Order: sequence, then structure tokens, then C-alpha cells
Amino acid sequence: MRKLTYWQAISEATVQCMAEDPAVFVAGEGVDDDKGIYGTTRAAFERFGPTRVIDVPNSENATAGIAVGAAAMGRRPLIVHSRADFLFLAMDALVNLAAKWRYMYGDQGGVPVVTRAVVGRGWGQGATHSQSLQSVFGHFPGLHVAMPASPADAKGLLVQALRAQTPTLLLENRGLYRMAGEVPEEAVAVPFGRGRIARPGTDVTVVAASLMVHEAERAADLLAEQGISVEVVDVRSVRPLDEELICASVARTGRLVVADTSWARYGLAAEVAAVVAENVFDALRRPVRRVTPPDCPAPVSHPLEEAFHPTADRIAAACLEMVDGGPSQVRKLSDVTAGFVGPY
Amino acid sequence: MTTNDRLRLVRDMVRIRCAEETLADLYRDEQLMRTPTHFSIGQEATAVGVCAATRRTDVVYSAHRSHAPYLAKGGDLHALVAELYGKATGCAGGRGGSVHLVDHAAGFGGSAAILGEMIPVAVGAAWAFAMEGAPRVALTFFGDGASEEGVFHESLNFAALHRLPVVFVCENNQYSIASPLSARQPAGTSIWQRALGYGMAASRIDGNDVFAVHEAARGAVEAARAGHGPHLLELDTYRWREHVGPNWDEDGAYRTHAEVASWMGRCPIRVAADALRAEAPSIDARIDTWRAECAEEVARAVDFARAGAFPDVTDLLSGVYEPQPLAATTGRN
Repeated sequence: MRKLTYWQAISEATVQCMAEDPAVFVAGEGVDDDKGIYGTTRAAFERFGPTRVIDVPNSENATAGIAVGAAAMGRRPLIVHSRADFLFLAMDALVNLAAKWRYMYGDQGGVPVVTRAVVGRGWGQGATHSQSLQSVFGHFPGLHVAMPASPADAKGLLVQALRAQTPTLLLENRGLYRMAGEVPEEAVAVPFGRGRIARPGTDVTVVAASLMVHEAERAADLLAEQGISVEVVDVRSVRPLDEELICASVARTGRLVVADTSWARYGLAAEVAAVVAENVFDALRRPVRRVTPPDCPAPVSHPLEEAFHPTADRIAAACLEMVDGGPSQVRKLSDVTAGFVGPY
Repeated sequence: MTTNDRLRLVRDMVRIRCAEETLADLYRDEQLMRTPTHFSIGQEATAVGVCAATRRTDVVYSAHRSHAPYLAKGGDLHALVAELYGKATGCAGGRGGSVHLVDHAAGFGGSAAILGEMIPVAVGAAWAFAMEGAPRVALTFFGDGASEEGVFHESLNFAALHRLPVVFVCENNQYSIASPLSARQPAGTSIWQRALGYGMAASRIDGNDVFAVHEAARGAVEAARAGHGPHLLELDTYRWREHVGPNWDEDGAYRTHAEVASWMGRCPIRVAADALRAEAPSIDARIDTWRAECAEEVARAVDFARAGAFPDVTDLLSGVYEPQPLAATTGRN
């Protein structure tokens, strides 16, 4: 199968869905500029022009509400935020209205607003450009929240969102944009709520999403050298969450590490731990470990930033602690963002 | 407008007044409508005058003070009352309550409890109409309080930028709960003039004069439909009852009895009747007749609501998401 980068996969999904459904349009700050949100909206703009790929004022709150209104009238807005942190300004329309629309207006139709938001990491993005809001939005019934880790899923989950009737948030980590992988040429939907075993293993389960899937796989490679077999579960979407896949894996391995790009408190890692505790508690041979950013805002200064982001090393260390008789430490890996050269 | 058209506007106001007064009494006496309810008693001319200027295919959104716009747009009275009683036969199946009314068939797109929330939604609906080239207009009712929300300004900017077919209807009833406009907005400023600042048409109208409201609204709606862009109507009016609930509150805590009395002296139904008396000398008798007819209609709606079943608790979770094909639901929420 041919390979695409993560951003190319998003771009291709957008173009194919717009060709398939004339109701789909793209709106966001700068979606029509020559950089096209890291390339993801450029091809759509070139093909469909400014009537369907539309720059908007710096009004995240209104833009989200406008998307709700357009969706209520049968359009399919795809709203793009090049910085996920701006989603806080859009929360009223997305959480108070879009998420509840179908339910509180008596199940007479939903408002399928699809929002893409890009999560920053590295290069000193700092406190308000590095946040990954899966737990914030994952909290609310009525929304779907996905965190594709691979180019194939970046395409397939976006296709699914643009064909469904549910307001959906797709969180895309910048660290993944240049990653290449096999992607089907056709617009094949990947269903929400179905995770995948990114790497099978027998000793420890690492549940992760987005960038942390790759960090977990790097940790698994490292630990394999020491004879420790790590199973990596990529949840793909955090709402709905594939509880069956997670629990089945932990039932096999008896050990759980959850790796997330956002904080431990009330987060995805906490939710996965709770699901496992509720369903397969007796299978656990060790206490659950969460590998997440420490409980502080993201700092800028390089050494502080390196210490802040969860890494393959920390995942590997957490796994090691769980395995009887294993080595006490393994060699250190380079940071996944090493060699980052923009765009900033 | 013919005399019959004018009489129709008065009748629509009487109907809403009658419905709301009856519902307020029942709300207070029965304690069975367990939903925070914001009555429009005293400010019926805004909803009636504006909605009579729309077509069924136009879509109206409102804020929390929602019964009058819902009914004026043609929303089903039985379904409204059933919704207040929390019944499955309600317009939102008992899920929404007073502040989340909807009637798609009538072109009432929804009401919402968060200030200003439906303003961008109307803009989005208008944007959809513009994209499709459909001769439809979106309207949104909101209060003076919502004009202080950032999303009001963002939405006006966007609507003006794209010259969208949307009419912003500000019902300025002078108070945000108990806070007067003078405590919230600078002296010498006005809401309608802010719209001028965004480059759109705007006007300020006596919101207790249903004929003036209607004329202004008709001009705004038809201009929007013809592609001349958005319009903001600031309609000065006054709520007689408390902010939320069925009671009177002119006890001096935040407004005086004299102030309420002066606005009641400008009752929109009375103002309209006075204006019509020369051309329709029987107006007072007609109003009495309409009141009696509406009382019967409301009684039937209340009977319908009481007779309806509550939603089945086993359906508590249905409608959160679209129905999923089984193959796509291996994960649980």
C-alpha cells in the first residue's frame, strides 16, 4: 500500500469527503492561507476554493456557534484550530449546545459539527500552546473525541466523523504530522470506539493514544531487548472508549501502564485506570501506573520542557517497575521531538 | 396592513398572554411544572410583531424567555404545555423543559438558557441559507443582557462581513435579572448603535407597539431575504413578573411599584387596542371573545399535558448519540 504522512492523510480525507458530500465545508482561522494549517487544508482550498474553504474572523466562540447553526440546517462544517488551546473559547457552543442538542431537543436530530484541533509539543510551545484537551471534552456525553496515532487513522477517523451525525473533536498532535504510514487510497471510515493492538505483548499492557502510542512502541522495543514483552493498546478514540479491548489486554498481562499527553488528575489515564479497576480488578498483579505530564503547566525553557513531557523512557521505567526480576534500568532514548525544525 | 391583519396581531398577543397567565397560575399553585420558567407577560408585542413578519420556512431561535417567540412562530401549544409538565408528549420529549423548546415544523429552531448562545446559531443557519441560495431568513431573540456577551459582538461582525440573511432581535426589557441596564452599560451608549458600528442596518423601536415592531421587522426580514444583509432591532419593552417564576416582584428590592405600574399602563395589548379603536370599534369585545377562546384552548392543552405519560426511565440514555449500527459499537461510552 502507498504511504502518506499524517498531514497528507488528513488533507486527502478532507478533499475526498468534500467531493463526496457537497454539504461539507472547512472553516477556520487561516485555513485558506498558503501554509493551509500545516498543509492539511491547502489541497481542499486549491480544489474547492474560498466558498468551501473559508477563512473566519478571530472569533472562536461565534465560529463554533455558527457551525452549530449551519449543521442544524444540514451543512457539515469542519472547523479547524491550528492551536487546540483556543478550544476553550469555543466550549460554550460545543459543550453547552452541540453535545446536548440531540438529547435536550428530544432526539430530533443532531448537529454534526466536526472540529479538528492541533496540539503543540516541543520548541517551547509553553503553557497555552501545548495542551491536549481529550479529558476536557471526553467528559461530556454527546461528543465524540478521537486522537488518531497513525496516518491511516487520521484519515479514517476524519472520514467517519464527516459521515456521522455526532459532534466530534479530533485532536492531532504536531509530533505526528511528518510521520508516514500506509493509508488506503479510498475514503474508508474507521469507526469510533474501536481501539487496536498496536503491538502485541504478554507482560505489561500500555494503553495510550496519539503521540503516546509511538512513545509506548519505542519503550516496547527497548524493553524487548531485555526480554520484557509489552502490549501497546491504541485507543484511537477516548469517547467512546474501547473498554473491552483494554480490559481484555489487562486480563492477559495483569499489568497496566497508561500513558497520556495530558495530566493525570481526572484525565484519560485516570479513566482507563477506573475502567480496569471496575472490570478486571482481579487480573491486576501490580498497582496501575500513570505516565503523564507532571502537575504543572507546560514550561518553555528547554530542560524544563524535556522534564515535562512524558517520554518513552518514562513509560519504559514504569513498565520495569512492574516486572519481577527485570533489569532496574535501560538505556536512555532520545526525545521524540529532537530535530524539530518547524513550522512553529 | 389591513385591519384584519392588525386584529390578528392583537389576537396573537392575547393568546400568548392568556396562555402564560394560566400557566403561571398553575405553575405556582400545582408545583407540577418542575422547570425554571421565564414568562414574557407584558412583552408579547416583540415576539408577535417580529414572528408575524416571517414565513414558516424562516427559522427563529430564542433565549430563555422562550414561550412567546415559540408560540408566535407557530409552535404547538399542546406540546409546549406538555414539555413544561415534563411529559413524553412535550415538544422536546420532556428532555428540554421551558428553556429548551423546539418545533421544527413551525420553524422554531430552538431556545437556549445560556445568554447569547443562540445568536451565532442563527448566524450559522443564515450562512447555510446563503450557501444554498435559499430564500430563507434566520432570526434570533435575545435580551439586553446578552448584548454584553462577547459572542454577540463576534456574531454581528461575522453576519455583517458575509451580509447574511439574519435579523437580530434584542428585547431590551431593561433588566438582567435584578441588574438595571444603567449598572451594566455605559451611559450614552445604546445597543442598536453598536450594530451600526459593525456596518449593518439597525433600528430602535417601541417594543410595546406591536404595529411598529411588525413594520420594522417586515422591513428587516425582507431586506435580509433580498440579500441586503443583516439587521438589528432593539425593541424596548418590560417584563411584569419576576425574572424566573410565576410571581410578581415589584416590592422595591430592585424596582418600584410605580415603575412596574407605569409599564403596565403601556400594556402592549392595551396600546394596540387603543390604536385600533377608531378603525375597529368592537376591539374590546373582540378581545374578550379571544380571551374566552384562548382560555378554552389553553385548558385543552393543559388537559393534554396532564393526560400524557412521563418519559420512560428506561429511555434515559436514548438520544445522547445517533443510533449506531451494531458493528460500530463495540466500545461503550
